[in-house]
Amino acid sequence: MVLDALIIGAGHNGLVTASYLARAGMKVAVLEKNDWIGGAAVSRELYPGFTYSNCSYVSSLFRPEIMRDLELSRYGLQILPYEGGAVFTRDGGYLGMFRDHDANRREFARFSARDAEAYDRYSRDVMQHCRFIRPLLMRTPPDPARFRPRDLAELAWIGRKVMDLPEAQIAGMIRFWTMSISDFLDEYFENPVIKGYLAVSAIIGTALGPMSPGSAYVLLHHYMGDVDGNVGAWGFARGGMGAITRALTRSLEAAGGEVRTGKAVKRVLVRQGRAIGVETEDGEQIHAARVISNMDAKRTFLRHVDEAELPAQFVRQVRRFKTRGSSGKLNIALDAAPKFTALPEGAPNLRGDLHFTDSVERMERAYDDWKSGHFSRDPFQDVMIPTMIDPTMTPPGKHFMSCFVQYAPPKIAGKDWTDADRDAFGATCIDQIETYAPGFKSLILHAEIRTPRELEAEVGLTEGNIFQGELTFDQLLFNRPVPGYAQYRAPIRDLWISGSSTHPGGGVMGAPGRNAAAEILRDARIGHQMSDAYAVI
Amino acid sequence: MRDKRLHYKTPLLQTPFHPRTSAANLHGHWAAWAGYQGATDFGDTEMEYTAVRNAVSVYDLCPMVKYEISGTQAQDYLDRLLVRSVARLPVGAVHYTVWCDDNGKVMDDGTLFRLGETEFLLCCQERHLPWLLDSAIGYDVAVREVTEDIAALSLQGPCSAQTLKAAGWDVSTLKPFRIAEVSFQDKPLRISRTGFTGDLGYEIWADPRQALALWDHLMQAGAPWGIRPIGSDALDMVRIEAGFLIAGADFVPAEQALRPDRVRSPFELGLDWLIDWEKGHFNGRRALLAERESGASEWALVGLDIAGNVSAEGAILYHGKEREAGVVTAALWSPTLKRNIALAQLRRSYLGPKSEDLWVEIYAMRELNYVKLMVPARVTQRPFFSPARRRATPPEDF
Repeated sequence: MVLDALIIGAGHNGLVTASYLARAGMKVAVLEKNDWIGGAAVSRELYPGFTYSNCSYVSSLFRPEIMRDLELSRYGLQILPYEGGAVFTRDGGYLGMFRDHDANRREFARFSARDAEAYDRYSRDVMQHCRFIRPLLMRTPPDPARFRPRDLAELAWIGRKVMDLPEAQIAGMIRFWTMSISDFLDEYFENPVIKGYLAVSAIIGTALGPMSPGSAYVLLHHYMGDVDGNVGAWGFARGGMGAITRALTRSLEAAGGEVRTGKAVKRVLVRQGRAIGVETEDGEQIHAARVISNMDAKRTFLRHVDEAELPAQFVRQVRRFKTRGSSGKLNIALDAAPKFTALPEGAPNLRGDLHFTDSVERMERAYDDWKSGHFSRDPFQDVMIPTMIDPTMTPPGKHFMSCFVQYAPPKIAGKDWTDADRDAFGATCIDQIETYAPGFKSLILHAEIRTPRELEAEVGLTEGNIFQGELTFDQLLFNRPVPGYAQYRAPIRDLWISGSSTHPGGGVMGAPGRNAAAEILRDARIGHQMSDAYAVI
Repeated sequence: MRDKRLHYKTPLLQTPFHPRTSAANLHGHWAAWAGYQGATDFGDTEMEYTAVRNAVSVYDLCPMVKYEISGTQAQDYLDRLLVRSVARLPVGAVHYTVWCDDNGKVMDDGTLFRLGETEFLLCCQERHLPWLLDSAIGYDVAVREVTEDIAALSLQGPCSAQTLKAAGWDVSTLKPFRIAEVSFQDKPLRISRTGFTGDLGYEIWADPRQALALWDHLMQAGAPWGIRPIGSDALDMVRIEAGFLIAGADFVPAEQALRPDRVRSPFELGLDWLIDWEKGHFNGRRALLAERESGASEWALVGLDIAGNVSAEGAILYHGKEREAGVVTAALWSPTLKRNIALAQLRRSYLGPKSEDLWVEIYAMRELNYVKLMVPARVTQRPFFSPARRRATPPEDF
């Protein structure tokens, strides 16, 4: 029996698309090259008894509408809010973050009385930007160059949303979308440590420095999610990030779809300008009425589709789509909880994100290393110990630590990463943690060190870019991945893309996969109940 | 010195009076107020209310946010910051005022104390340090947040002057909105004839180290009149009767509003009488002038007299029972007035003749069922309650 839809890649977006299509009655299969599912939302047991979050490590952006539509709670997904966080300072102190509003204000006041009272104003302004952008996430971007009624209506809808804002807010929004996070924070805060902590969300996964224009938008991308309506909050998936793709797979299977692992796609089969299926690396030809790629745009079109089948201009633009890798990852199994000497005994901050970069300046210097083709000698790390909250990932008393690291370039001085480079990168990060938590090294049972090389080889992310393409303004909305092809359709009929290379971009959000499914069902004229984005009231 | 890093263990601060207020708080009823633990009641809101209107009450004011503003240009600075004329505020006097952002929308209201030619204290509900500091650019002025440095009590009720006299401070000649400097245990103590109750009353400003002794002294002095501490629930009742507004309850402070249509100008809150148009430029003046000239105000803050005896908290206001006309922000069956009163934001187009046909929709939960009421409301004068004793100097003995 011929498949209605064949999805390449069992990442979260591919599985979201597949689940929606299966629920709408399509016969669906997902092919995954690895022997495990998950893409970059993956949990593997690399050390006995320890579940890792090997790539993505926290959740906020994953749309609640999707969790509900696909009944992910029923299939085992649970999102746990986390609390606090801290940045350790070079003088042996720390700045903590607290969920309690008053505790947080008092903490800021240890560094600056003014900044303590400025935080509310900052939060209000960021929240206003979130309120504008959140309704856009679960809609197909309009194509401003085509004058179809649907595109015009969508453009008009966005236009009206803008015109509803007061003049000052429109100006503020245009500035915010184009300025650097450093300049943005300077408008609110004076203390370098506070700014250092807050700048983080603007550089994660991005080959920009905090002083690069455009970095402020990336901050918004990390703030526009929510945990149960608490906008901007982040949480853990209970059982690791793989729990998200596990629940999606169960939901898909319950709807009659299937996932085939260890099935790498070699190429998309195209006949007379239409995609008709794929050929796998092991020589099998699988036919389907439509093919949907969860791979990034570059990998899809430059490696798995015959370029002769594509418009020349399109190929050129895809080649130029920016996917510069900027980050690495350490996943560490720990024999016990590390002790950070600066923190008071019992402080809640260990149950959140831990940083060691106490100024924007220092972050920018880390970026300088990336520019010159080296990993940062004094890197920025976003360290999490999810097992402080999640009891299911390790044996009691043991811990799993996830270290997201910037910056790590796709190549070292123009050459491919070597194992020695990777080990040196890992040692740099571990040494940094050891500085703030003496004895840390002796707790390490196992460490997985991942550079852009490993991320590309294993997950398939071109150049190791975690967002399947940078989140810069030139690559967003109707320009993502390239102008004219932002509506999840490839230039080849019946070939679709549904990964983070498409609107609204990266992060474990599921919105690209959901939007792609909506377009596919629309084209197939299959009516299916799919939640609209929850209204922002 | 306590370890400042451990604030997270007690995220709500306790006021210097806490040992006494916690002992008196029979039900352990507390709520967060501006980062402090404040009593909502001490066991009997009705009796606490009665103490304010009948005898004398004590309310712990410490959580109120306080800024000390000083410097040779403090007066000029405050005239630029606030809508009311500070030049006309004499030393030793207090006035109620508001301040606006550059769009002429109200950021907060509060009381300004002139302690000297160049020394002021601004008391308010919300935190504004960045705004106060930004507005200070170009002025020789220092702004400091001093909330924790001052222990404040509000002594309110017809017998409050007698209580103070019994405590050794005869303030019978002190006029409303004036400040007296006295001493307590050889240390200076400040008493102002101010309050949030619309009644005869005073506020006492002390060194936190004297807080407990001051509390005990007042409780002893007021014992003949049945002095008792009151919580925020009783205070809310009397402030509604007095027609006073609370930032965050009756209006959304301009810096906090996420939704652009939620901010209000002084005209829209009935506070335009505070504005001094002659004093020169102040924050928001240009926008307010334009609003005055064009009559573009969209809202009005009104007092309502509502039929029946069911209080109308949060109710929607209708014109002709159908068109939404506004929302009730505070409501109370007034025990003193025997009237069902409310404060409301009303669309300005429903002032005037249309106000004859206003209705309030009340959902009254009674034993797990809503009784839905649509009752007439009449726009009425504020304050609802303003007894002569509030202003009489010297106050009579009651």
